[in-house]
Amino acid sequence: MTVPEPERDQFQDQALEEEILSGGESVYVAPPWKLMWWRFRKHKMALVSGVILLLFYFTAAFCEFVAPYDPDASFIQYKFAPPTRIHIRDDEGRFHWPFIYQTQRGVNPETMQIGYIEDKTIRHPIRLFVKGFDYKLLGLFPTNIHLFGIPTGEDKQGIFLFGADRLGRDMFSRVVYGARLSLTLGLVGVFLSLILGIILGGISGYYGGWIDTVVQRTIEFIRTIPTIPLWMTLSAALPADWPVERVYFGITVILSLVGWTWMARVVRGRFLAMREEDFVLAARLNGAREMRIILRHMVPSFLSYIIAALTLNIPGMILAETGLSFLGLGLRPPAISWGVLLQEAMNLRSLVLSPWVLTPGFAVVISVLAFNFVGDGLRDAADPYAR
Amino acid sequence: MIAYIARRVLLMIPTLFLISIISFVAIQLPPGDYLTSYVAQLRTMGENLDEEQIATLRERYGLGEPVYVQYVKWISGIILRGDWGQSMEWQKPVKELIGERLTLTVILSLFSLLISWFVAIPIGVYSATHQYSILDYVMSVISFIGVGIPGFLLALIVMYFAQARLGLNVGGLFSEQYINAPWSVDRVIDMLKHLWIPVLILAVEGTAGGIRTTRANLLDELNKPYVELARAKGLNEWKLIWKYPVRVALNPFFSTVGWSLANLISGATLISVVLSLQTTGPMQLRALTSQDMYLAGSFLLLLSVLTVIGTLISDILLAWVDPRIRLEK
Repeated sequence: MTVPEPERDQFQDQALEEEILSGGESVYVAPPWKLMWWRFRKHKMALVSGVILLLFYFTAAFCEFVAPYDPDASFIQYKFAPPTRIHIRDDEGRFHWPFIYQTQRGVNPETMQIGYIEDKTIRHPIRLFVKGFDYKLLGLFPTNIHLFGIPTGEDKQGIFLFGADRLGRDMFSRVVYGARLSLTLGLVGVFLSLILGIILGGISGYYGGWIDTVVQRTIEFIRTIPTIPLWMTLSAALPADWPVERVYFGITVILSLVGWTWMARVVRGRFLAMREEDFVLAARLNGAREMRIILRHMVPSFLSYIIAALTLNIPGMILAETGLSFLGLGLRPPAISWGVLLQEAMNLRSLVLSPWVLTPGFAVVISVLAFNFVGDGLRDAADPYAR
Repeated sequence: MIAYIARRVLLMIPTLFLISIISFVAIQLPPGDYLTSYVAQLRTMGENLDEEQIATLRERYGLGEPVYVQYVKWISGIILRGDWGQSMEWQKPVKELIGERLTLTVILSLFSLLISWFVAIPIGVYSATHQYSILDYVMSVISFIGVGIPGFLLALIVMYFAQARLGLNVGGLFSEQYINAPWSVDRVIDMLKHLWIPVLILAVEGTAGGIRTTRANLLDELNKPYVELARAKGLNEWKLIWKYPVRVALNPFFSTVGWSLANLISGATLISVVLSLQTTGPMQLRALTSQDMYLAGSFLLLLSVLTVIGTLISDILLAWVDPRIRLEK
């Protein structure tokens, strides 16, 4: 094999390069998923984003454990408290295990504004696995251990990584709890879109002809409607007395009504391309049944594309939920999602006094970016046999 | 060309029909019929409609009759008499309420579209022609972040800095004395003074997406033989890039202008709510929360129709520029 003049991207992957140079055969015999993994690994941003997403979903699954406080508990004495500063050096320059100072509400002597002043004589070290409010881990195991916290009771001193809102609720705990609804809603929505997309896109690509035309026209039609006004109208029709779970499901259905169009496009395109492939022809000549050709030969070879497309569609869902809940038309309090939390920022006084009410927004941005990068990486890796 | 336009206009009709049906369904979605809640609302305000008026309204909207009759009455009212129904909350015909707001939404969206193009295209071309240069990386990162930050969050951040740091109120599209004033030159100038902030915020996402599209498409084109040929002929590099591959690369850009418009209107809705602009967004939101359905449905209908018309115009322009589209089929 003559190695072509390497382009910048090519052969950056050391393992791959070494294999080829050492004349190893593993490149040629490696199963597709291994080749995909090698390719995906090259995309550094995708890899980092993947780790971030894993962390986020871990947080979502174990939010009671990660959150130091009950998200609905309000500590009246900490209204609008800014994010607690974590120190590792005390006033005399000695290093310690990360700690926070006792804070006291009072008038700042320099700016003459009411704020929280650190009392440098009392240190509270931050401990891991401290006891806090009771909960059930994964809804099964009752416990009261939390990832971190300070051993002193909340009434004496609290730790607020992202500050506290106008009712003195810990923003960090709220953002952590919000991850559960916001992040899963994207997944569920994309899954519903996928089902619709596979059915309609598959039919469209498989049968062609007038069915194809009808489906394609429908897709074009749906995409010309501005989504937010449409979603607003539909979700406003969800009865106000529905419980959280029902609203959650209703919203995902509404979002999927538009989301499936993207999936259908991808599925149809793949179907059309696949139909002409030699291995499909070979299977057909071997007398394989239609269903077997589709399930055994075609689906595995476009599965990776579907997964990539799915990943790229999740951000849209997360953003849509955030937008709708923010407007008050999606999930509603007492449900906690990032969009619901951002409603707080609509209050100008809250926004000016405690800009940290915007932290859920940054959680949204980070997860959206991460999904975009991972999606990009997956898309590049989706076809390991392409140059 | 005329045949092409005629075909496109004909294709629009089923789309418009479907849009009207969806809007009508939206009006019908809330439980109870419109008139009952209207009368109930009037009662709570101490007013009373006499039986005769109720009967007239009932006849007007075909309430109590089959759904399709109601639909026909509703849509024929709009098409034949320009009667969009009655807004419960404002006690006014919908027609009187939406005109100005719709104009402002259109102005906001169009300005943003133009700005995002003007910024995105040169940057995208630069990024593609200087692939892997430092500026290319910087632009890629910025455009990624631009795609990731939802417009309304950006609006909130701008609000915070304007309010807390500069003591400015960036909300609204008009200074106080112009809010309810009739249109005049002064009012337009006043509006332009307020308009640029929302326009810029709204343009960010489109710009970021535009940079990525331009860059990706142009990179595909740059390797093609015709570019090589033109270069071999000794054509000036600048002229060569802008005259041939850029034109081809921008094609998908213009052909998806309908989707861009739909996106812009969506984004504008959220941003307008945050910045309380006098556009359709906040009014539609209020109409929806107070179940003022004729108003809300009309907004949905009009915004969708606007997007369809925008797509039509862009298609015609595209066909005018590109003979391949015009002569297809």
